[in-house]
Amino acid sequence: MGIDINGINKFFGSFQALHDINLSLPDGQITGLLGPSGSGKTTLLRIIAGLETAEQGSIWFQGRDVTRLHVRDRRVGFVFQHYALFRHMTVARNIAFGLEVLPRKQRPGKAEIKQRVGNLLEMVQLSHLADRYPSQLSGGQKQRIALARAMAMEPEILLLDEPFGALDAQVRKDLRRWLRNLHDELNFTSVFVTHDQEEALELSDQVVVMSHGRVEQVNSPLDLYASPDSRFVFDFLGQVNVLSGTISNNRLRQGKAHLTLPEAVANGNGQIYLRPHEVRLAQAPTADAHLPVCIESISVIGAEVRIELKPQGWLADEVWEVGISHGEFNAWQPQRGDVCYAVPDVGHFFLGDEDSPRTLSWLNRMPPTGVDSPRASGM
Amino acid sequence: MTQTLAAGSLPRKKVRSVTARVLPGFGLSLGISLFFISLVLLLPMTGLVMHTAGMGWDNFWFVVTDPRVVASYKVTLWTALAASVFNCFFGLLLAWVLVRYDFVGKRLLDAIMDLPFALPTAVAGITLATLFADNGLYGQMLTAIGVKVAYTPLGIVVAMAFTSVPFVVRTVQPVLEELSPEDEEAAVSMGASDFTVFRRILFPALWPAIVTGGALSFTRSLGEFGAIIFIAGNMPYVSEVTSLMIFIRLQEYDFPAASAIAAVVMAVSLLLLLLINVWQGRYLKRLHGGA
Amino acid sequence: MNAAHYRRVGDTALVRRWLIGTAVVLTVALLAMPLLMIFVQAFSQGWSTYVANVLDEFTLSAIGLTLLVAVLTVPLNLVFGVFFAWAVTRFTFPGRKLLTTLIDIPFAVSPVVAGLLYLLLYGNNGWVGQWLGEYDVQLMFSWPGIVMVTLFVTCPFVARELIPLMQQQGREEEEAAVVLGASGWQLFRRVTLPNIRWALIYGIILTNARAVGEFGAVSVVSGNIRGETNTLSLHVELLYQDYNVVGAFAAASLLAALALLTLIAKSFVEWRQSKD
Repeated sequence: MGIDINGINKFFGSFQALHDINLSLPDGQITGLLGPSGSGKTTLLRIIAGLETAEQGSIWFQGRDVTRLHVRDRRVGFVFQHYALFRHMTVARNIAFGLEVLPRKQRPGKAEIKQRVGNLLEMVQLSHLADRYPSQLSGGQKQRIALARAMAMEPEILLLDEPFGALDAQVRKDLRRWLRNLHDELNFTSVFVTHDQEEALELSDQVVVMSHGRVEQVNSPLDLYASPDSRFVFDFLGQVNVLSGTISNNRLRQGKAHLTLPEAVANGNGQIYLRPHEVRLAQAPTADAHLPVCIESISVIGAEVRIELKPQGWLADEVWEVGISHGEFNAWQPQRGDVCYAVPDVGHFFLGDEDSPRTLSWLNRMPPTGVDSPRASGM
Repeated sequence: MTQTLAAGSLPRKKVRSVTARVLPGFGLSLGISLFFISLVLLLPMTGLVMHTAGMGWDNFWFVVTDPRVVASYKVTLWTALAASVFNCFFGLLLAWVLVRYDFVGKRLLDAIMDLPFALPTAVAGITLATLFADNGLYGQMLTAIGVKVAYTPLGIVVAMAFTSVPFVVRTVQPVLEELSPEDEEAAVSMGASDFTVFRRILFPALWPAIVTGGALSFTRSLGEFGAIIFIAGNMPYVSEVTSLMIFIRLQEYDFPAASAIAAVVMAVSLLLLLLINVWQGRYLKRLHGGA
Repeated sequence: MNAAHYRRVGDTALVRRWLIGTAVVLTVALLAMPLLMIFVQAFSQGWSTYVANVLDEFTLSAIGLTLLVAVLTVPLNLVFGVFFAWAVTRFTFPGRKLLTTLIDIPFAVSPVVAGLLYLLLYGNNGWVGQWLGEYDVQLMFSWPGIVMVTLFVTCPFVARELIPLMQQQGREEEEAAVVLGASGWQLFRRVTLPNIRWALIYGIILTNARAVGEFGAVSVVSGNIRGETNTLSLHVELLYQDYNVVGAFAAASLLAALALLTLIAKSFVEWRQSKD
């Protein structure tokens, strides 16, 4: 069941929590609502569910206007941030609740309810906990029970509020994978709220980035990371290295740093945003790039080695970060305190106060003359 | 985003009513609450207002500043104050002992703390009067050292203190339970003496609760009636409390006088109630609102 | 974490013993002795006198009236308290703060003033009383008046017990129930009620204790007619003023026994609550 959101405005007193939200969430996909706290993502989710009412706008499920439909009649599955399991009921009773409160005519028989609860418990792999109370479960178990309870009504839409927020890293990862598989199997439409970019990127088919009650960008995870629409998305999604300076004659300058841009741009102030994977390190500057940096720290993070760099003779608000492979690391053997040069392959340029970037690439330019060539040179 | 602009400019002025609430029963529960409060709490006050308003300012002033009545204000105020101060100390001691130490009979001690709320005030009254009478168990001992409690204002203090014991204990207890041991440990490890730690670390955390409990105890004591009249002796100008003055005026069928004095008492208690509420609001904000 | 690992203020054996000793002595003197005293006095002339006192015609009718008052006020306050707590903890609306302050009025107002308020409104001089008088309805100086003032005095208890608990529990569970399709009544019976039952029972116990024992407010509106408008509390006073001290304490012992039951029930409920 696809969800369409039309012109939603929501106020809390004089504070506007949502500004004219328009979204289309495709049938059968997982959509992640991503944003910092206070960005309005939970409010939007609650409006979709019917737990909150918007002052303006409408919500459509598969072409049907449900704006005025009570939450009870919207028939969505909702998983609350803190699970909201009924504390005085056993796990089995929790899951059965939705079926037990159905009007007598629609209510399945006792045996059937028991059967369905059993199936759901099997689905979440917690059959052995049927007679426990919520207070006796771990966070991850509670989460799965909350999910089973929401699924009991066989909803076509599943809404999850910070589903993994309160869990520790390993459990989060497992549950994420498990939910993804469950989704692919049963194929309902899901929307979840998160402030964790990694979670949003890994779990979603489509990510909606929100800030200050507005939608910043809607895209697939890959596109979102590769081509952010705005400074906010850049900053919020992943590490980014920034060089700010003034441009004259197509060259961005600040202190001892300068960078020749591959395309013609107007003179003035400008900023270049670089993802860690878009930057290489070299032992000498290139004709285009002169960005001296000093190695601050080296840390091994899983499959790659992360190197933090401090600008030398120029300024950046935050340290730069570049990731290299273990192979490169072993070949080069960099030390803390070494000075080297950052060389961008691809970058995203913001002119003046503009909020949308222009993507620039240095890769198609003629190789710079007579200087160290890229990584392969074995530094 | 062009679609966004179009939708935003649509004049969808008709704002849906915010009363579309998710949880059921708003109208019913608020309706019943308002009806009950109006009928039981507010409507009866109209009688007092009408009776007082009907008597004219001069008359009102004459009644409420009658020397015997003024004497009763004074007695009530100072005895209530004395009883609350006693309860602040007693309550802090009991809360401390109940929270910090384990000993045989602790549960019993904790349970009996609520006796004054459970025991009808008239029963408390005759019991205290019997105990503190000259030939009573405590009375005999106290007479021996020259202290007379029954039928004096001191008796009023005893009765007030008895009926309002639980307030300070029950407000300080939870606060004391939530104090983190680390603060104390830190101070002790820096070489502070127990007394210094109590004064500099514990007391600053506890005093808002002590004040709240003391204020509740004071308010309760001001209005206390049943427990007092048996032990006070009720001598005009000496040991008559204001509640009793109202009662006496009523028995004289002097309704205007009774309502005038009641209006004064009522105004003071409502003011106290408001102050306690404001104080608790601020104090709770400090506790839970966080920085 | 084991609290015993901490070195805390007042843990010295001497301080500890001294403080516990003082607390116990004071509590025994101030609270336990009076309680004991009631029963000592009540039985001071032997068992048979006690039984005779309790089975006295006027004492029995006072017990009856007292029970009637409790039976009428407790359920009314229960219903009101639940609705009130539901309204102020589950919804936000203008005036909510004011409403929660208003409910405290009976705690702050002297019971004598409370009785007077009712007398001034429903008595022969009051505007409602005069109107009722035309229909020969007399509420004051009869049992309906006693029930009415008791209702005033006890109305905050249930609500006061429920509000902090329901606030702390939040509305998520109830929202979850609504999402799962529960109707209003299903929601209350299956989700809310089980969560608040102990606080509710606690509130009922307190309401009952106060309803049975109220003295000041009741003595203003009762008229103290023996066998008719005398509650047990008023009967205690009457006997005491007749210099029938043993009789007074016999009646008082019934109230004291109820107080003891209240304390036991309260401890039990607290223990159950801490287990939940």
